[in-house]
Amino acid sequence: MSLKINGKKINFKQGQSILDVATQSGFEVPALCHHPDLSVQANCRICVVEIIGRDNLFTACSTIAENGMDILTESPRVKKARKVNLELLFGQHVLKCATCTLRYNCELLKLAAKYKVDIKHFKNRKVKRKTYKFANAVEIDGSQCIDCKNCINACSEVQKINYLKMDGVGINQEVVPVLDKDTACIYCGQCTLHCPVAAAQEQMAWAQVELLLKNKNKVVVAQFAPSVRVSLGEEFSMPYGTNCEGKIVTALKKIGFNHVFDVNFGADITTITEAEELLERLKNKKSVFPLMTSCCPAWVAYVEFYHPELIPNLTSARSPQTHLAGAIKTYWAKKQKIKAKNIIVVSIVPCTAKKYEAARSELKLNGQPLVDFVLTTRELAFLIKKNNINFNQLPDSPLEKLFNNGSGAAAIYGASGGVMESALRSANALICKSSKNKTCDSHLEFKEVRGLAGFKEAVVNLDGKKIKVGVVNGIGNISKVLPTIHKYHYIEVMACPGGCLGGGGQPIPTTKAIRQKRLEGLYAIDKTRTTRRAHENIEMMEYYNWAKNNNLSAQVLHTKYKATKSSILSVKKNSKNPILDYVSFRC
Amino acid sequence: MSKNISLINKIENAGLVGRGGGGFSVAKKWQAVKDSLKEKKFAYIIINGAEGEPGVKKDGFILSHYGEELINGVFLANEFLGDKKIKNIYFFLNHEYYKKYAAGLKSILSLKKYSRIESKIIFTIKSEKLSYISGEESALINLIEGKKVEPRLKPPYPASSGLFNMPTLINNTETFYNVSRVERNKFNGERFYTVNGDVKHRGVYLYSDEMTISEVLKKTNNIPSFEYFVQIGGEAAGEVLRSDQLDRPVEGAGSIMVYDLKKTDKNKLIKYWLNFYRNESCGNCTSCREGTHRLWELSNQKEIDFETFWDLISVLEEASFCGLGRSLPVPIRSYYLNILSILKK
Repeated sequence: MSLKINGKKINFKQGQSILDVATQSGFEVPALCHHPDLSVQANCRICVVEIIGRDNLFTACSTIAENGMDILTESPRVKKARKVNLELLFGQHVLKCATCTLRYNCELLKLAAKYKVDIKHFKNRKVKRKTYKFANAVEIDGSQCIDCKNCINACSEVQKINYLKMDGVGINQEVVPVLDKDTACIYCGQCTLHCPVAAAQEQMAWAQVELLLKNKNKVVVAQFAPSVRVSLGEEFSMPYGTNCEGKIVTALKKIGFNHVFDVNFGADITTITEAEELLERLKNKKSVFPLMTSCCPAWVAYVEFYHPELIPNLTSARSPQTHLAGAIKTYWAKKQKIKAKNIIVVSIVPCTAKKYEAARSELKLNGQPLVDFVLTTRELAFLIKKNNINFNQLPDSPLEKLFNNGSGAAAIYGASGGVMESALRSANALICKSSKNKTCDSHLEFKEVRGLAGFKEAVVNLDGKKIKVGVVNGIGNISKVLPTIHKYHYIEVMACPGGCLGGGGQPIPTTKAIRQKRLEGLYAIDKTRTTRRAHENIEMMEYYNWAKNNNLSAQVLHTKYKATKSSILSVKKNSKNPILDYVSFRC
Repeated sequence: MSKNISLINKIENAGLVGRGGGGFSVAKKWQAVKDSLKEKKFAYIIINGAEGEPGVKKDGFILSHYGEELINGVFLANEFLGDKKIKNIYFFLNHEYYKKYAAGLKSILSLKKYSRIESKIIFTIKSEKLSYISGEESALINLIEGKKVEPRLKPPYPASSGLFNMPTLINNTETFYNVSRVERNKFNGERFYTVNGDVKHRGVYLYSDEMTISEVLKKTNNIPSFEYFVQIGGEAAGEVLRSDQLDRPVEGAGSIMVYDLKKTDKNKLIKYWLNFYRNESCGNCTSCREGTHRLWELSNQKEIDFETFWDLISVLEEASFCGLGRSLPVPIRSYYLNILSILKK
């Protein structure tokens, strides 16, 4: 079948939308509410195209291509409609560009330039809208919302949490949290990842961090998570999945961080702590099974609210960012002769829920949080651009000694199945080491738990004992697994699709195809590391044993959980006259 | 089976079209639902008595005068699609109609003949004010499902995937009434006309659907003695015509609203339309939600920016998600073209 787009003949497959056909053949059709993760809505009306011979315009996202169609994607009618619709959207999107993390790749501003939009044609009607803040992690600023409902659909269709809804009718409608005692936000930030205009976004911490970087009495330490290195490059037009860990170290130093560490080192601590717990539980017949991972804070928030009966199943091992921060504020502080209270640890993570995790009361050392601030990948990209750093041209920098960049097992923490595989690599090797069984199979890779399928499972042979493992890729898949959960010995859950590589704090856009590229990037790193099992990381084991010998297990290695009755919500009024206006900066 | 074939043929031969305003072939719609049942286990029927279009009163008229024929039409749909295949029948009424007519309808349903459908009927009402968009079939389906009342993307059409994603036959009350008339060989191509506005004999009348507007006015003794214009097909979405443009049949939902040319305040009328649409827009799409609001804002300004005004009208017409937004330009454009531009001269 074939049709014409702007005069060019194009073949297509039955069932494809005009948008898909146009995009695949190199015609750029702008679309705001369209996201491949979500069902088609066709409500922003920006992707309208003209079909010759038909009245009205058609939204390319929702119109199925037909044989013989003659389509114009940039005709005067189309341009006019897009211009007017954009002006209407600007009339409901209060411009807070100066501090907006999307400012350097803002789709609205790009389209405004392309279609010669008068962005102040209509007086903004949403200045008095409220901002809903979900703990310290995520917020939805009603004064910037363009009513596309992507946040609601990400929360309900992808995550199946159903925390958001559209309240009201017409111009009075507003995205609000459902105030229902059976529903809670898990802070995963998928709403922020699918919002085209940053109305749903992380609660930003970069401004506070910037201030601290100027404070000479503080030692400000950055630590970046496994998956940030394969996604940050996208913000600078690098190919998807490019590993830029060396450039990240350089960039962070340039921004002003005194020291830079790699959370991969922390991931190795998590792995060994968790692998030991797995082996420990397997030894005792009365142990609670399945053991469940706990490094995803959105998953922990989910358990604590929706299934507190599973709290005993969660591993007591802390998460990588907290593990490394604990090492920094005890072991490293001691070696550097710096007081822990003078150290500020800033995490750079693909996640919004890590902001919530960092503030947890269980994760404090002498009353101070271990991780002081958490920035998302997007916030780091913003800081790099704001500081006019030419990221692409940066040389690679090595990490400082003491804490290395982790084993290959740590690198794959960023992918769904990675935590499970890392723990199995070590558990398997450790059990075989002490086994009398000469044929104990200590193989390295567990490919059954990899990939982007919603649920993955395998039977693993640990020194003759067959254990059943399962990996839940995305919290939206959890309900299918819960009824049969007790058949398993070990379960990994990551709340975001793909794991951290698809996290709520990652660059926009994030789609299935992009998640796949980031995943390939992570497994490529695993292959290049000289050590590929956590417990083979000598520096890490030195620290691990030091912490144990100094009775610091409870303070820096293990943690606790508690049932919650609701998620944390606060509502903030917006200032009538936002000072930080579009006029105050130039792209 | 032969009975079914004859009914659908009768409907087709009678040339029945939907009376909600869309004018789609009834026979085709019924057949489409039946065809969908080859793949899906059961279906729903929805009777649309929302009558959200101001100035149209014929659904109320049918509910009060022809309840039995309406119920019989629903019964025939149930038989045509297969009694065992119809899970539930949703009877949607606006609040006023429910209060006035539900009791009467229930007593008709208690007749032995209708016992097969009585148990399946679920009365659904929207408790708040009249909602225009809930007359749109997919918006009504969302309402019944308890979702936000806004239209769905089509396809899929309700006939294949409607209420709870099952095949759904959704028709206006007048359509079910007409089917009943067809089956009883009483249908002669008539339709209901609501005559309203500055006339002496307001009311709902039943005449041939081929009658022209001026004939309807004449027959109901409603030709004004003063200069006038009319709006046909609803007080909101209807087209505005001069008194010398009335030699044509009524289109859409059959209503004729008569306005006294001299007494009608031009700005008030335009503001009424714009305010109506602004309030009734469900909020789903940019063009309609924002466009109707900005048009209303413009209409309240001393000096109207007409360039923006007509740009917004065009975008509503060309780029709105559903018929609601696309219909706003109809009264506005026709009023300017047929009345105001002539007055200026």
